[in-house]
Amino acid sequence: MHVHRFERIWLVAALGMIVLFVGTVTYGAVVAGYGMVNAEGGQVDTTDPAASESFRDPGVYNGSEPGHYDVYVETRRFAFVPGTGEPIRVPADSTVTFHVVSADVLHGFEVAGTNINTMAIPGQKAVVTAEFDEPREYGLVCNEYCGEGHHTMAGTLEVVPQSSFNATAEVQS
Amino acid sequence: MAHAHDDRTTDAAEQPELTTGERLAFVDQYPSAARITRLCFGVSFTALLIGAVLGIIQALHRTNVFRGVISSSDYYSVLTGHGVLLALFFTIFFLSGAFTWGTTRSLGRDLVDPRFSLGWFGLQLGGAVAVATAIFGGFVGEIPFEADVLYTFYAPLQAHPLFYAGLAAWLVGTWLAGFDWIRSYLRWRGDNAGERVPLQTFMVLTTILMWYISTIGVAVEVLVFLLPLSLGLIESVDPLLTRTLFWFFGHPVVYFWLMPAYFAWYTILPKLAGGRLFSDPLARVVFVLFLILSTPVGFHHQYADPGVAEGFKFVAMTNTMFLLLPSFLTAFTVVASMEYGARKRGGSGYFGWMKALPWANPAFAGMALAGLMFAAGGFSGIVNAGMNINSLVHNTLWVPGHFHLTVGTASALTMMALSYWLYPQITGKRLQLYGFAQVQPYVWFIGMALMSNAMHRAGLAGVPRRTAEPQYDQFTFEAALGSIPEMRLQIAAGGALLTLGAVLFGAVMLATWFADRGRGRLRVDSHLPEPISGPEDSPRVLDNFKLWAVVAVVLVAIAYGFPIFSMVADGPLDPAAPPVPVGVVDTALGVVLG
Repeated sequence: MHVHRFERIWLVAALGMIVLFVGTVTYGAVVAGYGMVNAEGGQVDTTDPAASESFRDPGVYNGSEPGHYDVYVETRRFAFVPGTGEPIRVPADSTVTFHVVSADVLHGFEVAGTNINTMAIPGQKAVVTAEFDEPREYGLVCNEYCGEGHHTMAGTLEVVPQSSFNATAEVQS
Repeated sequence: MAHAHDDRTTDAAEQPELTTGERLAFVDQYPSAARITRLCFGVSFTALLIGAVLGIIQALHRTNVFRGVISSSDYYSVLTGHGVLLALFFTIFFLSGAFTWGTTRSLGRDLVDPRFSLGWFGLQLGGAVAVATAIFGGFVGEIPFEADVLYTFYAPLQAHPLFYAGLAAWLVGTWLAGFDWIRSYLRWRGDNAGERVPLQTFMVLTTILMWYISTIGVAVEVLVFLLPLSLGLIESVDPLLTRTLFWFFGHPVVYFWLMPAYFAWYTILPKLAGGRLFSDPLARVVFVLFLILSTPVGFHHQYADPGVAEGFKFVAMTNTMFLLLPSFLTAFTVVASMEYGARKRGGSGYFGWMKALPWANPAFAGMALAGLMFAAGGFSGIVNAGMNINSLVHNTLWVPGHFHLTVGTASALTMMALSYWLYPQITGKRLQLYGFAQVQPYVWFIGMALMSNAMHRAGLAGVPRRTAEPQYDQFTFEAALGSIPEMRLQIAAGGALLTLGAVLFGAVMLATWFADRGRGRLRVDSHLPEPISGPEDSPRVLDNFKLWAVVAVVLVAIAYGFPIFSMVADGPLDPAAPPVPVGVVDTALGVVLG
């Protein structure tokens, strides 16, 4: 089969680019340690996630080591619990693992302007870990359509200075 | 590319367009196929115009430029209508018409059984009308139809059964259409043993094989789970499983939108540019790659999903990146074919040859601009495909920004451009309002450039897609590039231009439809010049459809076998989520809607 020389050059260049793209993603996963949302969160009850072993009552908990926190978030039409009624509060210079579930339909859990962005699917628990350096307030957005009030589903995540983070009051045990 | 020309069979390419003499248009040669193509185009264009009106309502509403047409809770009925009418019905009715034309023309034989063809058209139309009825019933409180579940209809949100039943009927209609084209091919094969499959028919067959494989996912989702759920026959579904089945279909459908555009870029655009296709064998390679790689990539829509192991996402990511290859090859062939045409028309220079292209011919201008925009859409798609960086843009306005370049321009504008060339041939009428047609591709291009660049940037700031009022009390979005008000203005203005583009197109088609037949010669004819490098140069294995179908199925089994098995193994309905009917607000949740 006759393939024009320019076309062969183009073909090789295109393949090179593709390998490069796959390489950058592999690098991100293996070397830079970027963890995808995956199946490790396990399954939860579809309508009462807190009743499941892998989920707890929504709120902020101490993590497995100092400076680490676990945040259990339940999404339901049309609120984040916590997040909407009361903000999620975590201290600065912390590593936070979000455990996100849904109690009704599909929702999105997006911390606006960051790469914390996961689906909440009834029956599954999403686990995302992030580091927060500076005190700052972030917006929480549901970015998957969940019904007629979808556009009202939002909230806030407050990263507060460690000095004003009252662990005894704000962290559940 | 300067020596891309060779001297074989140049006379075919030089046949001037205006000397057709006695009119022997497609409609005169193949009246039955022309009729089916006209019917399909009629439905397609109707869906386009309704979808465009819904589009401008959304663009003005979500940017808060004008919210007087609908309430925010009705926004989602509008959005469902926009997505379903444009992504499924505008595109696929057009495909059904264009592929009926392409198989008939390239095989040189009219429909085997016109009544059968009318049957599949009727089934598709009936299904589409049922789906539209279910969606638009949502605007009228007294009508019990509700289907504002959007184009992806993720369970456990639940629409009226009419929505799912209509989808199923329409889908069966597309399968029967594919059977029709395959049957035409087999008849031709019976009379032409040993000949190479004509290129257009080759493209139709690879595309429809891909469709048969991929629609299994959505057929199982709708018939086994969602329709029974909406009828109350089962009480729950596994939302992750149904979502996975949707995306089993949901990415290949993207190529089902795109293949009619590729079909036009490969077989018609070179002629419009004044030249010939650069390479027939490479065109076949590209379509084979689409057949085998389009389906085992669906998990790239589920990068952010819990319950799917990272390894499966990685496999999908790798396949997706390799799916770039056929598009890169297409970019080369299309540009090379255009350059060849331009140089034959007297163009010269490294870039100067572009000036020699027929930019005032709406069919050419539309396809060329669509191809250019597809390049931009391809690059934003690479960002989506990169599974780590995807977290930054997943479900943000970046995503509709991306696919309005691909399906919304590469496919849509090419389909409109192809119509300017093809509609006269299937009606025997000269294109009317030619001036409107000439400016229309540019109006669309400018409108999309405004809307899409702003959507991409808004997505980077975190503005979500599919949201009636992406303005929140709790916080504001911080734009990295430009400002949020400026983006809103560009989206609204771009949306207005796009609607104008759709209306101009509709006016041209309507005026042509009502014009007298047989007055004056057509400006266009169906003759397509031979490629510079013909199929005789390529290995015959390329035409072995059975082999490629088997390879495609094996790749699908590798990508999907284990994940779907593990989702089904715990019980196909588990984890069991009860349905949440749309249009019913559960006041027990304490949410009061304004």
